[in-house]
Formats: sequence, structure tokens, C-alpha cells
Amino acid sequence: MLERLRNPWPDHRAERTLGAVSCLVCALVVAMVVFVGIHAWPIFEHNGLSWLGSGGDLGRQLADMQNTTQHPPPSAYHLRAWPVVYGTLLTTGVAVVLALALSVFSSIFIVELAPARLRRIAIPVIRLLASVPSVIYGLIGILVLVPFVGNHVISGAEKESVQNVVLLTGAGLSVTVVILTVMITPIMVALICEALVSVPSSWREGAIALGVNPLRAMLAVTLRAARPAIVAALVLATARALGEAIMISMVSGSRAFSPKPVDGLVFFFEPLRTLASGIVDYHEGIGAPALGSALYAWALLLLFSAFVLSIAGYLIKLPLRKFQVRG
Amino acid sequence: MSTLAPWTPPAAPGPPMKSGRGKQSSPLSWRWGDRLALGFAWFAGIGLCVIAAAIVGYMGFRGIQYLRPDLLFERPALSTTQSGSGGFLDPLIGTALLTVIGVLLAVPLAIGGALWIAEYGRPTWLARVVESSIEMVAGTPDIVIALFGLSIFQLGIFAPFSFKASGGGVFGKSFIAAGAMMSLIALPPLFTATRDGLQAVPMHMREAAFALGKTRIATIRRVLLPSVRSNIATGVTLGISRIIGDTAIIVLLLGETLRLDPQGSVPGVGLLRGTGSTLTSYVYGNSPAGEGAAPQKAYAAAFVLLLFVLALNLIVDRIGRSSADATGMTVAGGIV
Repeated sequence: MLERLRNPWPDHRAERTLGAVSCLVCALVVAMVVFVGIHAWPIFEHNGLSWLGSGGDLGRQLADMQNTTQHPPPSAYHLRAWPVVYGTLLTTGVAVVLALALSVFSSIFIVELAPARLRRIAIPVIRLLASVPSVIYGLIGILVLVPFVGNHVISGAEKESVQNVVLLTGAGLSVTVVILTVMITPIMVALICEALVSVPSSWREGAIALGVNPLRAMLAVTLRAARPAIVAALVLATARALGEAIMISMVSGSRAFSPKPVDGLVFFFEPLRTLASGIVDYHEGIGAPALGSALYAWALLLLFSAFVLSIAGYLIKLPLRKFQVRG
Repeated sequence: MSTLAPWTPPAAPGPPMKSGRGKQSSPLSWRWGDRLALGFAWFAGIGLCVIAAAIVGYMGFRGIQYLRPDLLFERPALSTTQSGSGGFLDPLIGTALLTVIGVLLAVPLAIGGALWIAEYGRPTWLARVVESSIEMVAGTPDIVIALFGLSIFQLGIFAPFSFKASGGGVFGKSFIAAGAMMSLIALPPLFTATRDGLQAVPMHMREAAFALGKTRIATIRRVLLPSVRSNIATGVTLGISRIIGDTAIIVLLLGETLRLDPQGSVPGVGLLRGTGSTLTSYVYGNSPAGEGAAPQKAYAAAFVLLLFVLALNLIVDRIGRSSADATGMTVAGGIV
């Protein structure tokens, strides 16, 4: 009796319970795909995959969707969401490229160049940057950067040049990309630093002994050895940037507008909307079946890209085991 | 015989080989490209630190400017002026409540999963599936998790977890719904921290316990769990900092009502079934992006939020310091 109390679980039952708990997580992932997929289905049913293409005014299409009844006619499901897809690709792409350059060089700085005292400050500081909530980034963006860009960076002539098409307030591509870069760089720095440290230092010392200067040895030997980790960090940062919703909805100007590079400098100040921020912007209308289905279709697209990135991350991590890098 | 070269005396021994540091390679003698790269590395590293300092400094300045102690104990009110709209007691309670629900739900899932992966993990294919599905949860954007939660909790059978809207449909927005989805946000860092801790426990500790006749589960309870306590604490802290920082789930699943809005007559349960707001949704709602447009309140609440995040960072630092490696980046993986 006492033995039973002290050891309430026989081993095999414990194993089965813990295994069931683990399987619950898998079930949740499957349920997520299924539920989002079911809700997104009407859009795919009526548009096929062409809802990813361009055509018509997206804002008007979504407004029409919102105004339909509980049982909308098939025509209400018409959707061409290219502006938001383009906005997502544009912001994510630019931010990731900027963050890659910034994070690689600042990791080299932290691991190799920084004096010990600065290094001791830099690491917690970067970790803090990674954990600042996105709403605080958004708040700083909308209350500080957007008015600054709107009042001082954009000239009146630039505002007038496009005033018939779109209103330039300062909220737009440039502010979004800058904040997004600041948000994803720390994640990449953390992972790249870890990888740079775990590359055997004798490799680099060998290069230095051959007369290569220390920085070039770092770039040519250590960085090259850590390449898989850099790509893994890139994948992770891309996933984070794709899914950022609140911050982008606050500072992007929230208009389903595709910034056009042919506009010259104005391009950088044009407003946009991404998949994730669009879901936040329209979440009030999710009760309307057509609009709800459109939002779930966007979510499904995000989920799909997250899965693809996750698989890519797994494949990239395989050769990483060589350096005992856990990531 | 005479072909032998005439013997020459050995050259006078030179100065002894220098030990220690040789001549340092000076950046002034490097190629231009390398010098440029060096400059950019310094610029990038210091730039990041400056950005972080600027954010914390600016938020601190605004926070001290606008934060009055009574804001923390006043309930928010609907008002058109910033002086009349009260404080943010309710969002604070909301944040605390959600954190508790999220952690309570995430801890058994994450620790159970980590124990199974690290200690049992058979069949292997299932273990791999579990591990990759947790990685997928980690990579899923929070906004997608929020939509998933909405679709689940609007099902008829989950009506007890929220309430029926006037039209007869299930509202699907409540503390329970938001807390359940928050547990998904907190799950990956907690799982990773626990699993890594378990894998770092040396094998001979387990073997010693088995030799004493303990079963696997007894070993887990008496030996392994106590020895990974600090990893679990780190994971929980990282999970909490992700929960209190999340906005998308709150905006979609908590209803963003200004005050706690209990549903039904049972006191505690009614609160859980009701809607409310948290610090993040309060900041969002009071920024120009929401309808509130009370930037002073938003700054004050954001400052409090940032203080929480700073405190959680310090805790993680404290816990991690005992097992910090060369860079001190041990918990860096947990950031993401």
C-alpha cells in the first residue's frame, strides 16, 4: 500500500501517458491545418489559385465581401489578393537582406572585435532587443518615426506628385522595413554568434599563421564554416518577418496598395499591407462568411510558408551537427 | 678529398626567438576592402547597441513623463480626454490572468513532451514527428494561431468556454480561448529548454538510479526533474515573456473590451469566460492605430510592459549564469 503511494505510476503507464501528451501536440498541429483549411476552402473553391494573382481593387473586393449576407452568392467570393502578397514579399525580402548584412557583421564584431567590456554589455542588450514586444516597436514607429518621416523626410513636391493616387503620411515601406529589420536582426545575431563561437578556433588560427589578417581569416574561414547556421538563422528570421502582424499593421499605412519602384524615391514612402497585417486590419469583419474565408485563406498561405521554412530549416540543420551546434 | 668545402665557423647566434605576441597585423596595412569590412562590423555592432539603448531610453523617458502611480490602480473608463480615461488596472489583471492560464496549460504539455522525447522516444519515427511538430508550432505566426483559436472556440461544443452572442452563434472570445492559444506560444521555448536540459544530464546519473532499482518514471521524478529545474525555470520565463508580449492573439481572441467583462453569475468562472484586455492590447488600442488615440496612456502602459520584459530578461540571465558558456548565449536559442 505504502509502495503504491510512493510510486503511483507503473513504468509502462507513465510511458504511455507521456507519449499521449506528446501526440497531443502533433494533433494540435494537424487540427490547425485542418481548421484553417476548412475555413479557407470557399476561397479556393471559387477562385482556384488565381486569388493570388492581381486584378481589380482589393480594398473594394474586401468591402464587398464584408457587406454580403450570411449566405453570400458565389460572386461574393471573388478575390485577387496580389497587393498583400506582394507587400509581404517586399517587406520580408528587403528586411531579411538588410538584417543578414547587419547581423553577420555585428556577430563578427561581438565574437571577434569587441573589447571584453563592450561584449559583456552587447550580449544582454541584443537579447533584450529580441524580446521587446512588437507592439512597443509599433508604438515607437507610429508615434515617432512615422511623423518624422511624414514631416521632414518626404517633401511637399513628392506628396503632390502622387496625391491623386495615394496619400503619403510617412507610414509606409521605409518605416516598416526599418523596424522589421531591427526586430529580426537580434534573432540572427544570437544564432550566428553561437555558430561562430563553436567553429574550432584552430582553423582560424591556422589561417592567421599563414599571414592572412584576422578579419579576413574570420570572413574566409570561420564564417564559411558557419554557413549552415547563417542560413538557418536566415530561415528563422524570414519566418518571424512573414508573420509579423501588429507592428506592420501600425506603421505600414494599412492600404492594399502595391508600392511601385517606377515611382522613384516616393516608392519608399508608399503605404502597403501584408498578409498578416491585413488579417489584423480586417478582423472585425471576420463574421461575414466571405471575408472570413478570405482571411483564413491568407492565414493558410502564411501557415504553408511557415511549414516550408520549417522543413527548410530542418534540412539545413542536418550538416550543422558536424560542429555540435544545437539550434 | 679536396672537394670538401672549407670549414666555416657557424654564424654568430642571433638574438633568442621571441616568445609571446608577435607583430600585430595593423588594420592600417590591410586592403581597402578589409578595412571597409572592419569599419562596417564596428558600425553594425555598436549601431545595434545604440538602437537598443535608444528604445529603452526613449520609452523610459516617456514612461517617467506620463506614468503616475495611480494609473496602476485605476480602472480604465471610456472618455474622450486623456485625463478622464482612467488607468490600466484591468489590463494588468488581464495580463496576469492570461500568463497564469497559458503557463498552466503549457507546462504539462511541454515538460511531458520533453520527458517523453528525451527518456523514452520510441518509436523513433513518432519522436521525430513530435519534435518537428513542435518546431512547426514555433514557426507558426501568432496571428495564424489566433485565427485557429477563433475557429475552434466558435464551435458549438466550446460554447461553455465563452458565451453565446446575440445572434445565437458562439462568440469564441474569452480568457480561456486566449489563454489556450497563449499556451501554444509558450510551448516551444519551454519544450526546447527542458529537452536540452535533460539531454545534458550525464548518463551515469540515470544508470546509478537504475542500479538502485528505481524504475524509469521514479528516476525521472527523483533524479532528472530536480536536476533540470533551472532549465525549466528558464523555459517558463521565456514563455512568460512571449505571452505578455503577444498582441495578435489578444486582439483577435480576447475581444479587446476596455474592462474585464465577466459572463454569467459564477464569480471566478465568469471572469474566465468573459472578455478583457491586456497591457499589449491596451497599448495597441490607445495608439493612433486603435480607436483610443491616447498616446500618453499608451506610452505609460508600454513602459510598464517594457519593465516586465526587462525583469524577465534579468531573471533568465540570473538563472542562466550558472551554466553560461563562453559567449553567455546559452539561452539565445530560446529567444526564438
